[in-house]
Amino acid sequence: MSRQLATGERNATREARSRRKGINIRVGETVVRRVLVYAALAAVALLFIGPLYWLFSSALKEPGDIYQYPPQWVPLRPHVENFSNAWQAAPFGNFFINSIIVTGGGAAIKLVNATLTAYAFVFLRFPFKNVLFLAMLGALMVPNNVTLIVNYITVSNLGWVNTYLGLIIPSAGSIFGMFLLRQYMMTLPRDIVEAAKVDGAGHLRTLWQVVLPMCKPMLVTVGIIAVVDMWNDFIWPLIVTNTVEMRTLPIGLLYLRTTEGYSNWGAIMAGTVMVALPMLILFLFAQRHIVRGLTGGAVKG
Amino acid sequence: MTSHITASTPSVTGRGAGPADGGGRLGTRRRRRRNRGEYLLFLLLISPNLLLIATFEYWPVIYNAYLSMTRWNMLSGVPQWVGLDNYQSLLTSSNFHTVMWNTLVFTGTVVVGSVVLGLALAVLFNQRARGRGFVRTVAFAPHIVSGAAVATLWLFIFNPDYGLSRFVLNQVGLSSPRWVTDSDWALASLIIVFLWKGVGFVAIVYLAGLQSLPEDVYEAAKLDGARAWTTFRRITLPLLSPVTFFVLVITIIGTFQAYDMIAVMTGGGPGNATTTLSWYIYEQGFQASDAGRAAASAMILFVILLIVTGLQTKYAQRKVHYQ
Repeated sequence: MSRQLATGERNATREARSRRKGINIRVGETVVRRVLVYAALAAVALLFIGPLYWLFSSALKEPGDIYQYPPQWVPLRPHVENFSNAWQAAPFGNFFINSIIVTGGGAAIKLVNATLTAYAFVFLRFPFKNVLFLAMLGALMVPNNVTLIVNYITVSNLGWVNTYLGLIIPSAGSIFGMFLLRQYMMTLPRDIVEAAKVDGAGHLRTLWQVVLPMCKPMLVTVGIIAVVDMWNDFIWPLIVTNTVEMRTLPIGLLYLRTTEGYSNWGAIMAGTVMVALPMLILFLFAQRHIVRGLTGGAVKG
Repeated sequence: MTSHITASTPSVTGRGAGPADGGGRLGTRRRRRRNRGEYLLFLLLISPNLLLIATFEYWPVIYNAYLSMTRWNMLSGVPQWVGLDNYQSLLTSSNFHTVMWNTLVFTGTVVVGSVVLGLALAVLFNQRARGRGFVRTVAFAPHIVSGAAVATLWLFIFNPDYGLSRFVLNQVGLSSPRWVTDSDWALASLIIVFLWKGVGFVAIVYLAGLQSLPEDVYEAAKLDGARAWTTFRRITLPLLSPVTFFVLVITIIGTFQAYDMIAVMTGGGPGNATTTLSWYIYEQGFQASDAGRAAASAMILFVILLIVTGLQTKYAQRKVHYQ
């Protein structure tokens, strides 16, 4: 009988037999495998934590300690002055306020746009609705390198160079967010929306009181992704602002480095912490939403 | 469903508008009025977004195409029509050939590296082991940190005198190159940092793919006595091909938007060792004030991306295994 079995099956029965006898023939293999997996995990962790640790530890080192070789691993005499030095070398207060206004304003407008458009596409009738939807979605294909020059010209014709409007408005349209929200709204139970209609609620009320509460998780995702995008944006703020006072944090960091040259890495690392930390904290609290938003469309479902 | 049918029958004359909806219980006139109200509301809701997308996504493509055939300093006067001159001078300039070569090396290495390393990490994260969630989080974190911050940090790490990278290299008996200031190493520096920042994201995408694969196929393979590597090559990889295509598109687009890293780490230099096509667009447009040349470079980039996307779509239809 065993002769008729496929190899795999034979192996399987052999395994089962040895298991019955209390001998685990695979035990050696599993231990080696385990050790390898843990070693690899440790190596990967080190590879990613190492540089991040170095950022924070260097930001806290005294000028004398930061250039030591071999490196000093722990900032033994924490030097918080690096932060005030960075703050004095560049108007970080301005950078922060600008970044907060641009990120908050931009993300809010994006979110409203995404919501209104998604609702219209899901719950309202309009001729050629689907063609229109595809046309808007098609803008995802336009790389931002192609829009840079003309958008700068448009914004300067509008007189928006070096203003918050110029920083925010060109990025305030929402394509991917609209797409994510539309997909989400399409899965909502139709009856609830119909019921609201029967109860005499208009569309805006249905949107506000029925649809939005049900979309909360996706709204959070779309909002957070918009925040991350606006906070980290580099090339557009670089082009559209031309005074130090109007720069956002990432550009401010570039400015700090050119003013400080390579002379004061402690202050530069302190500035880098100020740019990176808010997003790291956000990530810590909103991991699930960020991952879902950024990988949206990768795997179906 | 119903709304979809009515949506495709706009009532131009008013006769027989909206056939399926409400089953004719409402009067035609009332229904028409309601339709008109709904159409108006639809337009009202989408118009801010539509206007922004038309102005800042579509209009630039059209106007950029025109600008690419003009000469203009972006400051004063009007664009002067020069036909295909910009393209001709770009395609015959050896400087531009270097730029294209840099772009190819940069994008190619990052794409291949992302797929290989990202998949390897995903397989690792998919192993039953304590602490894998933590490692996954740490690996993903750099992806959402500003590129300017990541690049600044690595610039410090890459310092050939007191940088962390020198220490690590010395430990294994190597001496440190002058990373970003050596034209032989500058592009490699960018590639390393770019991979470090983005590979965790690719790994998460692949991990989601791995976890959505059907169990039964693997059980069948196991019964057939397939070895782990064979299973991976013959089953996992083909089943993951839709994810791989997504990763390809995302990384290619990502490398074409790597302004922050290049600006902070190398500024396109030394010489033009790290000038990629996207950085070249920025240089021509906003440093050399040559709108025509910048626009022509942007068109070339746009066409390349269209071809890549087109090929991917075509290839994906033939080769991708959707379940």
